[in-house]
Amino acid sequence: MGFFSKTPAPQIVRLATGGRVNRTKPLTFTFDGKTCQGFAGDTLASALLANNIHLVGRSFKYHRPRGIMAAGAEEPNALVRVGRGNLAEPNLRASQVELYDGLYAESQNRFPSLKADVGAVNSLMSRFFPAGFYYKTFMWPASMWMTYEHVIRRAAGLGRVADDHDDPDRYEKTNAHCDILIAGGGAAGLMAALAAARSGARVILADEQNEFGGWMLAEGDVTIEGGSPADWVAGIIAELAAMPDVTLLPRTTVFGYMDHNYLTLTERVTDHLAVRPSHLPRQRMWKVRARQVVLAQGAHERPLVFSGNDLPGVMLSGAVRTFINRYGVVPGNRCVVFTNNDDGYRTALSLQQGGAEAVIVDLRHEVRSALIKMAKEAGICIMTGHAVTIASGTQRIARVEISPVNEDATRVLDDPVHMDCDLLAMSGGLSPAVHLHSQARGKLAWDEELLCFKPKSVHEACFNAGACNGVFGLAKAMADGLKAGAAAVRACGLDAGDHLPPVVTAPPQNWRPMPAWKIPNGQPEGEGPKAFVDFQNDVTASDVKLAVREGYQSVEHVKRYTTLGMATDQGKTSNINGLAILADALGDEIPNVGTTTFRMPYTPANFGAIAGRDIGNLFDPTRLTRMDDWHRAHGATFEHVGQWMRAWYYPQTGESMQEAVNREVLAARTTAGLLDASTLGKIDIQGPDAAEFLNRIYTNGWLKLGIGKCRYGLMLKDDGMVMDDGVTTRLGENHFHMTTTTGGAAGVLDWLEEWQQTEWPDLKVYLTSVTEEWSVATLSGPNASKILKAAGIDISLDPADFPFMSMQDAHIAGLPVRIFRISFTGELSFEINIRARHGLALWQLLMNAGRDHGITPYGTEAMHVLRAEKGFIIVGQETDGSVTPHDLGMDWIVSKTKPDFIGKRALARASMSDDNRKQLVGLVTRDRKRVIPEGAHAVLEPNQPMPMEMLGQVTSSYYSPNVGGSIAMAMLKGGRSLKGGTVYLPMLDGDMIEADVVDPIFFDPNGDRING
Amino acid sequence: MLLINCPHCGPREESEFSCGGEAHIARPLAENTLTDAAFADYLFLRDNPKGLFLERWRHAAGCRRWFNMARDTVTHEIIEIYPMGSLPKTKAGKVAHAASWRRETAAEAAAKPAKAKAPRAKKENG
Repeated sequence: MGFFSKTPAPQIVRLATGGRVNRTKPLTFTFDGKTCQGFAGDTLASALLANNIHLVGRSFKYHRPRGIMAAGAEEPNALVRVGRGNLAEPNLRASQVELYDGLYAESQNRFPSLKADVGAVNSLMSRFFPAGFYYKTFMWPASMWMTYEHVIRRAAGLGRVADDHDDPDRYEKTNAHCDILIAGGGAAGLMAALAAARSGARVILADEQNEFGGWMLAEGDVTIEGGSPADWVAGIIAELAAMPDVTLLPRTTVFGYMDHNYLTLTERVTDHLAVRPSHLPRQRMWKVRARQVVLAQGAHERPLVFSGNDLPGVMLSGAVRTFINRYGVVPGNRCVVFTNNDDGYRTALSLQQGGAEAVIVDLRHEVRSALIKMAKEAGICIMTGHAVTIASGTQRIARVEISPVNEDATRVLDDPVHMDCDLLAMSGGLSPAVHLHSQARGKLAWDEELLCFKPKSVHEACFNAGACNGVFGLAKAMADGLKAGAAAVRACGLDAGDHLPPVVTAPPQNWRPMPAWKIPNGQPEGEGPKAFVDFQNDVTASDVKLAVREGYQSVEHVKRYTTLGMATDQGKTSNINGLAILADALGDEIPNVGTTTFRMPYTPANFGAIAGRDIGNLFDPTRLTRMDDWHRAHGATFEHVGQWMRAWYYPQTGESMQEAVNREVLAARTTAGLLDASTLGKIDIQGPDAAEFLNRIYTNGWLKLGIGKCRYGLMLKDDGMVMDDGVTTRLGENHFHMTTTTGGAAGVLDWLEEWQQTEWPDLKVYLTSVTEEWSVATLSGPNASKILKAAGIDISLDPADFPFMSMQDAHIAGLPVRIFRISFTGELSFEINIRARHGLALWQLLMNAGRDHGITPYGTEAMHVLRAEKGFIIVGQETDGSVTPHDLGMDWIVSKTKPDFIGKRALARASMSDDNRKQLVGLVTRDRKRVIPEGAHAVLEPNQPMPMEMLGQVTSSYYSPNVGGSIAMAMLKGGRSLKGGTVYLPMLDGDMIEADVVDPIFFDPNGDRING
Repeated sequence: MLLINCPHCGPREESEFSCGGEAHIARPLAENTLTDAAFADYLFLRDNPKGLFLERWRHAAGCRRWFNMARDTVTHEIIEIYPMGSLPKTKAGKVAHAASWRRETAAEAAAKPAKAKAPRAKKENG
């Protein structure tokens, strides 16, 4: 035996018989390099205990040795990393990891090894790590927080995620609807499911464990219908499984409960399999909309808060019983059972039956229970009115000090006796698992007898049943489950029938614990070994008291200051103890202190399952034009424009980006350029009121636009700010073809529909997105007409026959096309629209026809340069939602005569005519080769002290080969009045660029080239 | 997540819808003059009440139709869903509509044709 030995060690702690494990199916697993053996049916926790391994992790802050404390979801300590490489998943509770052959697990938060951890020095330094330590120490200087945080995050932390962030596992999401969803398949949940299923309702029953049955599987001292609970459960599950409208979901955690009975579940489909079939997802997230919900999540046992209560070998009483009765593992030989209620007696009896010695230390002075008689008869030593004041040991509990205490267990009465032990089972009473109830905004009430919060009223259509409803004990929980199930059935309008709960025998247990929140250790407050409240976040009773001394009163503030209940276990074991200690320190009652808010997820949910298949291209689809293959084949580089991939530029061999763009820009003005403009938004607008509708949407007039004519339009929001622009063409009396910016297409359609439906429902207008119905090739440049003729166009392109800003239907080589004579370059330009599927054919036709005429494909970068040379704006580049037409120098497009249009009233606001608003100007640098970075800020006086008075920012800036120098557009305060002057652009490196303010038009200012 | 009963498609997940904010904000007609301050009530000011709120919603990933909804912002209970252009029919919805500060504004008065305008609004605009 030893590190990396391949022969698993024998399971030295396993009972020969009993429990739910299959002793004929041994499984081999590895923990921290050690090869071990367990059985099918084990969890990693039970298998580790079977191998007598108690030390499994280091704590969050102090790096203290920690072991397995619980047997279920509430485990705060035994967090492990399971799997190798990029399949590894951190922070899994060993008590919830099902064992499979070859399972590979590592402990966390330790360096260099679990047994010799250097971070444990934090524990020695703990006087200097009080509550709020980080807040107190690292507050100043603020700039150093980044440095501190880096170190803190590493030292105080949980597990490490996989190194490679690319998760190779596959996840799924599914939606489901049902009449009744039941969360939890224990005694109450199964009875509720039975009542629901027998009524014919559509039922989903989810339980987080591999088997239904809950606590029933952990008790050796109960019978149901005269037989074992496991047999009874098997019968019920068989009945439910046979019903077509019942969905049984084992290994499924209901982790979130949201509005209108919407619940989220994680089903671990293959996590428990050694060989995972490739057709199955690893996990599946269920999104369930239920008419009614029954919450039957059970309860969590509370630890007792005594010095040394976090040592490995200190476990919850019910967990000890679970390991013995469900897994056949007795996790100690000399056991101390420390309790404030009857539960410890059942555990002591189980321990004794499992062959261990047990001593009961009961805080109560007087115990009136039949269980004490059973324990006495079994010969178990019972010390009432005593407390375990201090537990000690190095990497596992080794001895305890036991002292007599006063009636309310606040004071030690006498010197302790010392007792050697290797296990301590503690029971502080039960806390109903009200997490989902509270997530769904149900109210809680404090139960003075059971000392717990339990549901008072619900907000959603749901019922609580069993232990999570504060109804403890098998028979009562079953009756409560039946009642809740029947109530849910009736709420669905179905017949609940009349069902009886099964006959149950169970030990007579008194469920009322004695209130004893902080166990005294005979030393002054804060002295002696630490007594933990929140094990996962390393919060002690002293921390809570310190917070109160420092003035914290609200439970929400104390939570954040001390981090009580903030770890991945969301305070499952710590909440009530923390509240009670807080209440005591405040001198108030627990219900007055209140609880913190329970939030989803109940247990950590895997992001992979939440994302499901919505990753990569399935998360955000990439839209490609019909010419995409050609662009790729011809070496284009691409840029994202919204979801579209657009050709950015087409570098030839050895060309830099700037060289390629220069070549494309020059060609478009000297020979011809061809642009794939298919991505432009296109909206088909029809109806008798279409012209009137456009007249209200755009700032200019549309009623008199002739059929076959195009017009540029600017859309404003009702606050007068520019929202989108584009050319719209009248195809017929009642038919328009609108184009929008590529990125604005969906938003503009939303906008038009909103106004049509909500403000002007009287207008008869029909709107259809036709963006993807058309492929568009824009041919620009002096040779454009020649190329179209060579391609076989069947109409006259003479400007007299086909003037600027008009549209004609035509054919190119027999293919029907719709040609718009509009221009975003200032050159003679044809925007050729063709049925989308012919897009590539059209493109190839034009490229072939243009070969002798210098045709050059150009991308979006050249398009930007070409339009900037002409001073054409791009909405979203020159504008940012705070720019009016006036700011852009586009008063010419705003109608003075129309009675109304969107934005008209706002443009009349006094502030809109302020001369000091930012206005669009052109900038030319003194150094004509120097291109100003976009976003640079301009100042008037270069030598002013900092902070300088900023005039505004550069919105577009390029090198223009046609102009022969750098050009830029900028939005500057009072910009038009600055024309003829000089501004300065300070660079980060201290350099200062000098530029002259000019009109934002740099090429062909008179528009002479538009007809070729 | 809300379950919203689209008047055209039936009950659907909230994720199919988009919320258009406060309902019943009448747009002032251009023919009516309005001070900048009064216009700002229409343009900028939006309610964010704790309790019943009359909102506009749209089945954006479905039929793309707009409708009104009376929703309690505390309990998320949907009291009623009613067509665009109509007023709430439930008592609570009617009360919420009548109680809105907006009913008293010059901006709302200016949404009616000039002849029907309330005398008080005229005074405010003057």
